[in-house]
Amino acid sequence: MLTFTLRRLLLAIPTLLVISLVIFLLVDLAPGSPMSEIPLTVPPEVRKKMIEALGADQPVMVRYVLWLRQFFWVEPATLIDGWFGTNWAGGEQRILSWQSRAPVFTVIGQRIPQTLTVIGTAYLVGILIALPIGIYSAYRQYSLFDQLGTLFAMIGFSVPTFFSGTLIIIIFAVTLGWFPTKYDTNLSVTDWPSFVKQLQQMAMPVMTLGLANAAVISRYMRSSMLDNMGMDYVRTARAKGLTERVVVLKHVLRNSMIPVVTVIALGIPSIFGGAIITENLFGVNGIGAALIGAIHASDLPMVQTLAFIFAVLIVTFNLIADVLYGLLDPRIRYD
Amino acid sequence: MPDRAAPVLDVRGLKTVFRTRGGEIHAVNDVSFHLERGELLGVVGESGSGKSVTMMSLIGLLPSPPAEIRAGSVMLGELDLLKISPEALRRVRGAKVGFIFQDPMTSLNPVFNIGFQIAEPLRRHMGMTKAQAAARAVELLELVGIPDAAKRLGDYPHQFSGGMRQRVMIAIALACDPDVLIADEPTTALDVTIQAQILELVKELRVKLGMAIIWITHDLGVIAAIADRVMVMYGGQIVEQAPVRELFANPQHPYTRALLKTIPSLTGAREARLQVIEGQPPIMTAAPTACAFRARCTHAFARCEVENPQRARIDTMGLSFGHDVACHWATAPKTSEVSNA
Repeated sequence: MLTFTLRRLLLAIPTLLVISLVIFLLVDLAPGSPMSEIPLTVPPEVRKKMIEALGADQPVMVRYVLWLRQFFWVEPATLIDGWFGTNWAGGEQRILSWQSRAPVFTVIGQRIPQTLTVIGTAYLVGILIALPIGIYSAYRQYSLFDQLGTLFAMIGFSVPTFFSGTLIIIIFAVTLGWFPTKYDTNLSVTDWPSFVKQLQQMAMPVMTLGLANAAVISRYMRSSMLDNMGMDYVRTARAKGLTERVVVLKHVLRNSMIPVVTVIALGIPSIFGGAIITENLFGVNGIGAALIGAIHASDLPMVQTLAFIFAVLIVTFNLIADVLYGLLDPRIRYD
Repeated sequence: MPDRAAPVLDVRGLKTVFRTRGGEIHAVNDVSFHLERGELLGVVGESGSGKSVTMMSLIGLLPSPPAEIRAGSVMLGELDLLKISPEALRRVRGAKVGFIFQDPMTSLNPVFNIGFQIAEPLRRHMGMTKAQAAARAVELLELVGIPDAAKRLGDYPHQFSGGMRQRVMIAIALACDPDVLIADEPTTALDVTIQAQILELVKELRVKLGMAIIWITHDLGVIAAIADRVMVMYGGQIVEQAPVRELFANPQHPYTRALLKTIPSLTGAREARLQVIEGQPPIMTAAPTACAFRARCTHAFARCEVENPQRARIDTMGLSFGHDVACHWATAPKTSEVSNA
């Protein structure tokens, strides 16, 4: 298992390098100029100077190599300096956002907590709702509960978040007035009332995304349970005189969780990616919103860095899913 | 060997029906039999004759729905297994009645090690601690002939061969010292040399532990090797029942005779093609009102079309060997009805 993990990690390096090049070139090819948001009254020679100052006039390959150096050396070094007070980075230039002129990672550091609390909670809530629904739906296949679960999943699958989110705003914020319509990014949780406030403002985005997540995962759980419910070893477990609870929640579930855990692990990068539509809908100032803003402003370093971070996360969680698979299923050995 | 004491298992008038969209399937029709203490009862019949369904009905292993047990009683000692609560039945399963299934490759849970799987019934029924159950599991594995038993407790099913897995299944079935062991074609999925080993093992365990065994198979060779008594099933009914020697020497039912003819001979020249029984076993969409075998029977006559034959005792040369048969043709001349088996 260890050799397998190491081999996969080594293999990830060329994969990620190729991905980074493709991302860099693709984003660079996109039309638009970093000056598009500068007022038209600014004279052309000033614009030219500004572009030069950003380094945006350099050839794409030069910028790519510089970006690689900044991403893999300067940024980690700056991070370590920040933690331990060392001076590894030596004041070297970090990756700068063309839009805000601030280091890209500073912006990400500001945005990621919002995304993780809201989208992460939504994912967790989705899983916690989905697993019991999937298990019970499979155990009582074609029962009323199963039919309702199927309906619920179908709604979650097919209704886009911009619709369900709007509907939820109308119901819970406008009509019932339970929750605020806008997410207040400046709210800091210090005591009980502010915590309650945080929960209230999180409720609607979490509902919107939780519904979509639960729909997908509950279907996986259900079909995986059904696959295993008819297996011979289930009959063996019953023949041993075990209670239904042990038969279903131990023997069947343990086997059914294998593919579901993989699906859950593979979905985690999407939390970091944020949910662009949902974040915009509820005014959550997270990563998704940052990405959209950067794309609008042709902020190439920001877009490239974010896209590459998502790629790293996807590659990492693919590896984690594979390792989990090996841990959960004794039949799988990677060596 | 059978004695005159009360039977360990006494089944009367068992009827099991499967409810499907296309109507009802009468899988078990009025089956009655008993099992003596320490006896090995062989049950033969082709696929779909109701052997497995009958045995699974006894201890509630059939999924319901679609299965439904309509009538009958299953007395295990003083306990009627069809009347007791599901929880009480669970306390019987695995404790008083052990079950071995056909396919050892899929009958063990792939994600739990075998030590855990053997310990499960011990901990549930005997209230053993983890350590006690592990010690007993080692004993059981040694009993079924798995070398290095203590070291293998932590191994997973996929690390065992088919024959070894079936030994593990037997160990699980025997874990709580059951009164009755039901083996549902335990050697069918194994190759012949392994099959012989498992048969030897069961013979040996029978002598050591003295439980009664019901052995389901469609292999008459296996029956001849180990059974005390044989029950032949067809169309969800018992069509003939006799001690093993009597049955092989003096088969009465045309179906039993046909079955015996299908055994290929290993000696002599290859004179003829293998014997087969023409046609398909019936799918019982209703309770039988005529002989289930009539369509394939070479001796069928008018009465077979209108009346389902009841089991009747057969005497050979004026002596009763505990042989009975359900056939109008076989019982036509001189028989007396038996009320129960």
